[in-house]
Amino acid sequence: MRVNIDEEACVGAGQCVLAAAEVFDQRDEDGVVVLLQEEPPAELGEAVREAAVLCPAMAIHVQD
Amino acid sequence: MTETANAPAKAAFPDTRPAGCPFDPAAEYQELRETAPVSQVSCPVGVDAWLVTRYEDVRSVLADPRLSSRAASPSNHVNTEADLDAPAAPGSILHHDGPEHSRLRRLLTPEFTVKRIQAMRPYIADLVDQHIDKMLEGTEADLYHDFGLPIPSLVICELLGVPYADREMFQAASGVLLKVDITQEQRLAASGQVQGYMAQLVMAKMANPTDEDLLGRLIQRATAGGTPLTIEELVTLGISLLIAGHETTANMIALSAAALLQHPDRLAELRADASIAPAAVEEMLRYLSVVQFGVFRRVVEDLPIGEQVFKEGEFVIAALSSGNRQESVFGNPDEIDFGRNASAHLTFGYGAHQCLGQQLARVELQEVFARLYTRIPTLRLAIPFENIEFKHDALVYGVRSLPVTWDAQA
Repeated sequence: MRVNIDEEACVGAGQCVLAAAEVFDQRDEDGVVVLLQEEPPAELGEAVREAAVLCPAMAIHVQD
Repeated sequence: MTETANAPAKAAFPDTRPAGCPFDPAAEYQELRETAPVSQVSCPVGVDAWLVTRYEDVRSVLADPRLSSRAASPSNHVNTEADLDAPAAPGSILHHDGPEHSRLRRLLTPEFTVKRIQAMRPYIADLVDQHIDKMLEGTEADLYHDFGLPIPSLVICELLGVPYADREMFQAASGVLLKVDITQEQRLAASGQVQGYMAQLVMAKMANPTDEDLLGRLIQRATAGGTPLTIEELVTLGISLLIAGHETTANMIALSAAALLQHPDRLAELRADASIAPAAVEEMLRYLSVVQFGVFRRVVEDLPIGEQVFKEGEFVIAALSSGNRQESVFGNPDEIDFGRNASAHLTFGYGAHQCLGQQLARVELQEVFARLYTRIPTLRLAIPFENIEFKHDALVYGVRSLPVTWDAQA
């Protein structure tokens, strides 16, 4: 699984951090998403997909 | 003499919750979702709008940059006196689109990150406990005025740097501003009062910006970024945060208590295991949908939704409460079920305007849910359920008051 994020689109809602804190964080300075793992392990797949679904800015893209 | 039928009259915007269950959205929505998911309605403000009732369409609409928040948001369709062509006030994060909205939002997001809000959790938990302690000195209280309202008001005042002693003025003013049927005079009087107050506060902070509160940090951040905020922008931002920060959560606290006291099985689940509070909060946000009239937008570029094309200049209402009750997304949607994953609910909206303060609201509600019902296990209504007065006329739904009682604790 590979994750891409669109920093420009991010609105800092924080939904991704709630869904998968191992994979997503937010920058202190502007709240924009920080990708902690570009290729998260399979066991985090469900959480990462949920983060993508919840993101209100559709800024998270997941490839299998 | 009978009138000649021209075009069939458009249905009126469904704006009343059913009397039978005051926690359900307007009864029309279920049928609309099934038979006419994109329909036309005439709105109290005096224009027709497309009413979008299905979950997927609500999300599409709210995420689409071809729809503008300018002058039309968030609930002007139900305000008979709203001016839909009024320019968006500088600093009004709710009413700007595109780069101007992003600029304002990016200045504020550092204050509302998951990490920042989690760091406030001990303070919020302590505040909840203090209010429960105070309630427990007696055996009755008004769960809205004595508990639901003060907790988020204290939190947002502390965060913003607004003296809590001034709360009566802004609570009263925001109560007026969030009503549906207010006259333009009432609106101007209430907003003038709160603007004058905020302007004085902002000017004092501009003279001496510290990093001890949000307004001070906001001033410093914007200045450091090369585009300082004007007094007018800061006043508007400050008022938006102050109102949004206390009204919404206050109503959720008291309204969810009213609903849970009618569902003793769900309350028993919460009492048995406070660790389910986060899931319970998401479910109650979904079930209650306190932003009750949905979100209003204006089409700035033609876009297709389902089989319709929304044309430039037309209006659209995204019915959040309706999407939250869609069977195919949330099975048995009219039931409260703490076992479901409700976190994709629409109560905080969707798209670039999704609630900025949602993480703060979550933590406040989680601490209330985890503490109130376990610390006062005999909590119950002090009046018949039928006598509870609900805020049918407010943009944010809730109860006007919630008298409760409990057994004296040793």
